Amino acid sequence: MSVRDIYTSMEYGPAPESAAEAQSWLQRHNATLQHLIAGEWTPPDSGEYFDTRNPASGEVLARVADGNAVDVDRAVNAAANALDGWVALGGHGRARYLYAMARHIQKNSRLFAVLESLDNGKPIRESRDIDIPLVARHFYYHAGWAQLMAAEFPGYRQIGVVGQIIPWNFPLLMLAWKVAPALAMGNTVVLKPAEFTSSTAVLFAEMCSQIGLPAGVFNLVLGDHKAGQALTVHPKVGKLAFTGSTEVGRILRKATAGTGKKLTLELGGKSPFLVFEDSDLDSVVEGLVDAIWFNQGQVCCAGSRLLVQESIADVLHEKIRKRMAKLVVGDSLDKSVDIGALIDSTQLERVTQMVELGVAEGARKWQPQCTLPDKGCYYPPTLLTEVQPSATLAQEEIFGPVLVSMSFRTPAEAVQLANNSRYGLAASVWTENINLALDIAPQIKAGSVWVNCTNVFDAAAGFGGYRESGFGREGGREGLYEYIKPLWEDQLSAAPVQTLPLMDGLGVPAGAVDHEAAPHIDRTPKLYIGGKQVRPDGGYSTAALDAAGRVIAEIPVGNRKDIRNAVEAARSAVGSASGWSGTTAHNRAQVIYYIAENLNVRGEEFVRRIMQLSGKDASAAQRELDLCIERIYTYAALSDKYDSRVHSTPFRNVTLAMKEALGVIGIVAPEEAGLLGFISAVMPAIAMGNSVVVVPSQHYALLATDFYQVLDTSDLPGGVVNIVTGNQDVLAEVLARHYDIEGLWYWGTREGSKMVEEHAAASMKRTWVNHGKFHDWENPEQGQGEVFLRKATEIKNIWIPYGE
Amino acid sequence: MTARIESNVHAIDGRAPERNPGLPFEPQLLGSRHINRSAVERRAASFGKRRSIKKDYQAAWLLKAISCIDLTTLAGDDTPGKVRRLCQKAIRPVRQDILAGLGVADLGITVGAVCVYHNLIATAVEELQGSGIPVAAVSTGFPAGQIPLALKLAQIRESVKAGAAEIDIVISRAKVLTGDWTGLYREVQAYREACGEAHVKTILATGELGTLSNVARASWVCMMAGADFIKTSTGKESVNATLPFSLVMVRAIRAYHELTGYRVGYKPAGGINRAKDALEYLILIKEELGNQWLTPHLFRFGASSLLGDIERQLEHHLTGSYSAQFRHPAS
Repeated sequence: MSVRDIYTSMEYGPAPESAAEAQSWLQRHNATLQHLIAGEWTPPDSGEYFDTRNPASGEVLARVADGNAVDVDRAVNAAANALDGWVALGGHGRARYLYAMARHIQKNSRLFAVLESLDNGKPIRESRDIDIPLVARHFYYHAGWAQLMAAEFPGYRQIGVVGQIIPWNFPLLMLAWKVAPALAMGNTVVLKPAEFTSSTAVLFAEMCSQIGLPAGVFNLVLGDHKAGQALTVHPKVGKLAFTGSTEVGRILRKATAGTGKKLTLELGGKSPFLVFEDSDLDSVVEGLVDAIWFNQGQVCCAGSRLLVQESIADVLHEKIRKRMAKLVVGDSLDKSVDIGALIDSTQLERVTQMVELGVAEGARKWQPQCTLPDKGCYYPPTLLTEVQPSATLAQEEIFGPVLVSMSFRTPAEAVQLANNSRYGLAASVWTENINLALDIAPQIKAGSVWVNCTNVFDAAAGFGGYRESGFGREGGREGLYEYIKPLWEDQLSAAPVQTLPLMDGLGVPAGAVDHEAAPHIDRTPKLYIGGKQVRPDGGYSTAALDAAGRVIAEIPVGNRKDIRNAVEAARSAVGSASGWSGTTAHNRAQVIYYIAENLNVRGEEFVRRIMQLSGKDASAAQRELDLCIERIYTYAALSDKYDSRVHSTPFRNVTLAMKEALGVIGIVAPEEAGLLGFISAVMPAIAMGNSVVVVPSQHYALLATDFYQVLDTSDLPGGVVNIVTGNQDVLAEVLARHYDIEGLWYWGTREGSKMVEEHAAASMKRTWVNHGKFHDWENPEQGQGEVFLRKATEIKNIWIPYGE
Repeated sequence: MTARIESNVHAIDGRAPERNPGLPFEPQLLGSRHINRSAVERRAASFGKRRSIKKDYQAAWLLKAISCIDLTTLAGDDTPGKVRRLCQKAIRPVRQDILAGLGVADLGITVGAVCVYHNLIATAVEELQGSGIPVAAVSTGFPAGQIPLALKLAQIRESVKAGAAEIDIVISRAKVLTGDWTGLYREVQAYREACGEAHVKTILATGELGTLSNVARASWVCMMAGADFIKTSTGKESVNATLPFSLVMVRAIRAYHELTGYRVGYKPAGGINRAKDALEYLILIKEELGNQWLTPHLFRFGASSLLGDIERQLEHHLTGSYSAQFRHPAS
């Protein structure tokens, strides 16, 4: 077209970014991408390679080493060998390397960006302006944490060798999110990139060598699920971090169950995008462009579920359609492109089929008249309206440039629909009313809530999911805890402090009861559910034995229905804004202090019971009681002092890292630890605003059933603490499989720990298990503290840009 | 006046749009203007990132930018001699060999208008005779507007009588800041009436309005009162045209068009002096309003030094060598 014609047509024209440098980098590697193990480029053990393609054209970019278990084993051993040296280097030494990584990425930013776009198909604008700057920022930020580790995390150490498996949608950014905190905290790494996108990881590995990173600190194994699987089960891997689909996350949860490997999962989402009638609608439309037409919609936290207030739905839909007509779909290396290519033809097929399904289920489809390139994996931007919450597309992740829209009438209904999902990764809330925004944000079950913005990320703010979107956080102070462990965990004992007699089976053997003193009024311990004493559904009891093994009473045997009832009671205690989580921390503190007061009043009775059940002498029993009261005080005190934070993210906004109660927590209390174990487990959970369903120690069950009378007199709302006595592992399984429990803490056997983690994979509830190790509950380092609070809470980052 | 503009070659369809007759004052239209500054700034920053215009396309777009310039001199030391130079530059904004090299010598590209103070209207009209380039005059006590309404109206009438085809008025910022929207509406309506056939460009002085919401409301009041153009700034405020102000104003224009069917023009003024900036503004207009607005009938830059940078860029495009200021005729 001539200048003259363009003067009339005013079209944009092509604006290609050159691929020459990236291509010549690939040529320098002979278009062959190898593992980096112990600082050496290493060909695959199998000798096999597969092709990686440019999704925008279908052309082969390079062949990629097809890693297997042998490669992974070499890499893990290299990482293990490098560990001591890396730890010994200290925080400052590691900070220097992370700083060098940040600088090096900045110096070569365009090469990284072009290579990323070539390999992934994403628009060069995004890799250039979003992905790569965030990568550099991540290394800068974590260089700082390396520097500060000793001062900021006393009492913690690195985990060791960390295995990391990352997805193809943000290849280098996900690498940075994983590698930077792991290295900063003194771990060594084996990383496996997605099979579709290995290039920038190889470039990063090359950079590690260039900056002189000690060999084996960062190892790269390329390949598909074979390598991932081998990494997952490798015994020397102390921690596994995964970003990808919920389906695969579940497999990893099961595969690592019971191994003691730490695990973080960042999984799928169907994130709601809430638009209230007082929003700046033109800005909302741009927000949607950033939400669902960013990275072709292949974003785990994509705002894919539009929830719009009915009063403005038509107006907004019209604005969206007009905006969609301006979106440019095309080659990823064209600087004027909004939407690039999907990663692969399989993904294109999946998106196509899902949209067809949506239409078949009644959705109204709208796509602009846009020209798609002749070859490559392209899908046009798509709006589906008249999608009902019951439609498949309202529930399932599409992972493409497809927005589904639904409407709501009131703020309460908006929250209800927003939370009507198995996922909970992110949400976007649009309103010009700060009262409304700050009312809605805490009610949404999601790890990130963006007020009047969307898809904003920063190294200083944690990112991660609620529910089936996974657990753990990446970024911020909260993200570092995923890569360190408390030193006292090394001190946990392999054997219990005391072994206790346990009654097998139901009922009480005739004549076994030792009536200490007559006359005697029979007492019936019951279950404690919803603030009421209730008989067990099954109608069975079992014997409670004293320290010498004599039968002293009968305790109810709870079953799955009792657990069901207890969870329902616990849910209703926290399910509303006026519930226990919604009450003020000051109120919770008062109630908890009152529990201590009332326990003290009945101190003599509890001391006698402790003596009877544990065989302790009077002074030891008194000490346990005193410790219990002190511990209750500790958590009453902490109720209103475990503050949320404001992160320093680099733009004009407030980023609130809100600590929220998980919701309902199941607790299987330590069998050997009597009243102190029960108190130590229950109090931090309720102090943070959770309700609990506790399965107390079987041997010490009478202390728990005595204790509910203390709760009854302490103004604790019904349902906040529920006690179901019975066989711990039987009830633990019911809890682990329950879908309406957010967390499960289990102190029991190794096998029980494995069982709990395996079953938790279905609901992705947060688990905290002891793998058969025993706390010394009298030792405050092991028996109380911040770790308990952290396990009782979930951090939600709420981003609130401001400025009038 | 209209006839003169129509003789120009700028418009895509070659015709000037129908003038905005205005609307009765509708306070509800102001109440619904929610502007989120952070989101607006984010979008405003994206135009130059999301779109890139290269090579021949860039040359063509820069020529379009020239055709939309209100070549301006608004200084205390303006003299007829200075204005005559400016007018000749307006008629031949780019060296003939460059235009020939680009293959557009016969398009007769001129700037959109020449903008001066009242005292220099006559000189400019005389100098521009036959060129088809309208003369715009700043008015109503420009730049602060702190003179009696009667004088403002008298000034407009005088300027129109002197041959100004476009009148750039300043609104009373006080009326915005005190929420006197009805008063502002009546004031602008009076200006429009005083302008007669001349087009009225309403300068909001966005840098003095305090909030983007005020910018949106003032835009609406001016359009309802019959503005042909809404314009950001006098160039004399400490903050003049910005992309966020522009985004808010062009979105108001778009909404007004959707409501009434009338197209109101947009003029950012002050501080736009780089070719790169001009491209960003044109992208903003294309993305938010569409190609129909990429014409001097509906879009102008208020600028004095922008042209010089564009000339250098055009020569660079043609020769591949970076240009120098002295290679291009001065105004």
